[in-house]
Amino acid sequence: MAGIEQSKIRNFCIIAHIDHGKSTLADRIIEKTGLLTQREMQEQVLDNMELERERGITIKAQTVRIVYKAKDGEEYVFNLIDTPGHVDFNYEVSRSLAACEGAILIVDAAQGIEAQTLANCYLALDHDLEIMPVINKIDLPSAEPDRVKAEIEDIIGLDASDAPLISAKQGLNIEEVLEQIVTRIPAPSGRKDASLKALIFDSIYDSYKGVIVFTRIFDGVIKKGTRMKMIATNAEAEVVEVGTFGAGQFIPCEELTAGMVGYVTASLKNVKDTRVGDTITDAENPCGEALPGYKKVNPMVYCGMYPADGSKYGDLRDALEKLQLNDASLQFEAETSVALGFGFRCGFLGLLHLEIIQERLEREYNLDIVTTAPGVVYKVYRTDGQVLEITNPSNLPSPTEIEYMEEPVVSAEIMVTTEFVGSIMSLCQERRGIYLGMEYMEETRALLRYELPLNEIIYDFFDALKSRSRGYASFDYELKGYEKSELVKLDILINKEEVDALSFIVHAETSYERGRKMCEKLKKEIPRQLFEIPIQAAVGSKVIARETVKAMRKDVLAKCYGGDITRKKKLLEKQKEGKKRMRQVGNVEIPQKAFMSVLKLDDE
Amino acid sequence: MESRSEKRELSIYIHIPFCVKKCNYCDFLSFAASDSQQERYVNMLQKQIISQGQVMSQYKIRSIFIGGGTPSILKADQVDRIMEAVNKACQYRDSFQQNEPEVTIEANPGTLTKEKLRVYKELGINRLSMGLQSASDQELQILGRIHNYKTFRENYDMARELGFQNINVDLMSALPSQTMSSYQNTIEEVVRLNPEHISAYSLIIEEGTEFYKKYAIHGESKELPSEEEERDMYKMTKKMLESAGYKQYEISNYAKKGHESRHNLSYWTGIEYLGFGLGASSLLNHVRYYNERNAEIYMEKIEKNQKVMHIEENLSEADEMAEFMILGLRLTNGVNGDEFTKRFQLGIFEKYGTIIKKYQLLDLIKVRGNRIYLTENGISVSNQILIEFLPEND
Repeated sequence: MAGIEQSKIRNFCIIAHIDHGKSTLADRIIEKTGLLTQREMQEQVLDNMELERERGITIKAQTVRIVYKAKDGEEYVFNLIDTPGHVDFNYEVSRSLAACEGAILIVDAAQGIEAQTLANCYLALDHDLEIMPVINKIDLPSAEPDRVKAEIEDIIGLDASDAPLISAKQGLNIEEVLEQIVTRIPAPSGRKDASLKALIFDSIYDSYKGVIVFTRIFDGVIKKGTRMKMIATNAEAEVVEVGTFGAGQFIPCEELTAGMVGYVTASLKNVKDTRVGDTITDAENPCGEALPGYKKVNPMVYCGMYPADGSKYGDLRDALEKLQLNDASLQFEAETSVALGFGFRCGFLGLLHLEIIQERLEREYNLDIVTTAPGVVYKVYRTDGQVLEITNPSNLPSPTEIEYMEEPVVSAEIMVTTEFVGSIMSLCQERRGIYLGMEYMEETRALLRYELPLNEIIYDFFDALKSRSRGYASFDYELKGYEKSELVKLDILINKEEVDALSFIVHAETSYERGRKMCEKLKKEIPRQLFEIPIQAAVGSKVIARETVKAMRKDVLAKCYGGDITRKKKLLEKQKEGKKRMRQVGNVEIPQKAFMSVLKLDDE
Repeated sequence: MESRSEKRELSIYIHIPFCVKKCNYCDFLSFAASDSQQERYVNMLQKQIISQGQVMSQYKIRSIFIGGGTPSILKADQVDRIMEAVNKACQYRDSFQQNEPEVTIEANPGTLTKEKLRVYKELGINRLSMGLQSASDQELQILGRIHNYKTFRENYDMARELGFQNINVDLMSALPSQTMSSYQNTIEEVVRLNPEHISAYSLIIEEGTEFYKKYAIHGESKELPSEEEERDMYKMTKKMLESAGYKQYEISNYAKKGHESRHNLSYWTGIEYLGFGLGASSLLNHVRYYNERNAEIYMEKIEKNQKVMHIEENLSEADEMAEFMILGLRLTNGVNGDEFTKRFQLGIFEKYGTIIKKYQLLDLIKVRGNRIYLTENGISVSNQILIEFLPEND
């Protein structure tokens, strides 16, 4: 594979709003270039994980190298870097973009531009990428390609006059896309004879090869034996193998040179050493400065994860360790809860990331997990001048020791058809949003800008947004910083005993509402027991809401004769098993489900 | 102790799986069948009974219970042949002189005749168990019963006339559309008839029944009484029956003094039993068995002299201790600590002290002398307590 001319390489990604057809177009490109026959194609080659296919989103960046014979008779090498499609993974997206010279912007011919279209587009423009608009789903009866073209020109300011009109699903006009990749997207530049400078845009852990680094070479050469050095983490290792990406497989090659995209292995054991965004150089001949844009991503959302069966604590630790090998943004540390026993406080990039990890633990590692309510990182300024970062509500100092607290806020952009502006604005209001402004994108659609506390959007904001706009609103946000806020710790007492796993930090104004809803929900989830159980929500020593689970009045087998005994005993055994799975808090048995049920309070 | 003989006591159960029509709440092994099917079944039943003569001869027969289904659906001569077989196998009639065993047949109103009753009497059947369920014709219809209250009255009077001096009447509460007052009326009617024994069951919606389809699948139904009403009915039963001279001796059973069902007491006190007929259970020598549950296979196997009795569970000592408690605590007298020690060479408090104390504190269990029993509130939530006695299975 060595000796490819830089002028024949095209490095690009595809950006789109969720569901606008990113993965489908990627599949068609791979199929058209003959890398795989149609039969070999599993639907959406690039979405590898079962979970990704189910949810229709890309979680990990995927990359594939394709050879395309263009109409000019020349063969071109395409490196298609598929980016994660969710705001939780914005940083990963930005690093993937940094590895490219161009981006295909897909816009749905029926839906037009959405919040993510814009956010991703701006991100691509920030990286000076050549953006190549493509209008997808023109086979839909509701397609309005001309309107969408005008939208692209008016809103983003891109020339969309010769944007290919395609249907990725039906394989319509894919040729045109391929040709435009050749003609519109610039070839990489960079000097092969300069010292090595390569960007890490992803890394995965493989049990045979160790860490596999996905990289874009900007300058120089990397090959077997190169002593590579990661500038930010300072890790060093000798390269064992380099290669390029086939569809679903790694193809080793001699060397990777400036302009190429490929992988590097170096018997590294942990992806922590190869952070996304870091620069690889040659330890013996280092480059002057690192590539711009590296940052260490910090988790934004935390929650407790506990094994449903306490004896599985070790298994949970092993599973988290394995997942972390592949996911440097996942953090965890051991913690103990009175109610839930031994578990871990885990940090995630966002709620989707949390859900993905939880699902993978359950599916791939067969663990039953109880999670506590997700929260953000609060800054606590103590009266003694100390500043604490709190990720577990139980660690909050007593109110007398707190000078003030800060919470993270995001700037959010919400795109919505004008008829729903009112209801979306009141939603943002309820979530303590600060209105920053509104722009009409065209007559029927508006872009709302809000500043919102992160803890108000991590639960169910997205669901609420969808339901209040009949699915039309789209949403994107980025972390803005920390702001002072009046926050309190809301405790839940069951039968007068505080249940630590149910405590959480909430804004003082919404504490009553939250407390009331939690009590109502818990009342539904906690089965009647032999005595009456008060459920209380309290801030400090003040009870702000109360519900009662009445005492059980009847649980008796009316009949039990000779022929029934075995069967009735089995019924009792089943009942006993069910009880065993519950958590004991004081005298009260609380089903695992109850801990999770309070995560979604706004269902009703 | 009733006897000084070394022979252990045995209760015999004979299952007749036939009904005119299956009731809407019934999950028992029963169905409608043709005359020829019934005849063949009776023949096979006789054969199974006689084949167990060897086993029976090692015991002293304590009680015989012909249950169903509706045993009274059988012709008089069929019952005669069944009892002849029993007598041939264990000579139960010989014991009549010293200590008459309790011999019960279940009878449903609408299937009894004078002739049948006369034959029962001759065969030494000395107890009738009659399924009334309700004195309200509307409720009987909802239950899918084939009789009305009047038919029951006629059958009951007929039995009395022919000299049956030990009759049980089955009642049900918590029925769809039933009210406190309609149920009160049922109890009043029955008390007036003055049977020796009354079983009063709270309706259980069992899987696989018509009621299950109608009431259980769609969650709580408005037609069914609430948990509170159900408990009120239960308490009313006890109050009314006790003031009429019946004493509660088990969760759902009431009797006049000396008329507690010996047969049913066997099940709750760990006495061995031998079951004949389709699906019947046996408990012999620490093993619980069940008979073949498919009628065709059952009859075919007997015809071919093959085994129809299968092991259901081998009871370990831990199992037997658990059953001692779980079944014994159904009785208002509860369990006897000395009896426990005699059987298991272990003090009952040594074994279950923590559990007993826990529920004593909640006033759900009481200890008096060597007796441990559930309080009225304890009975209402007894499953919660009984599960504590189950052995750990790992």
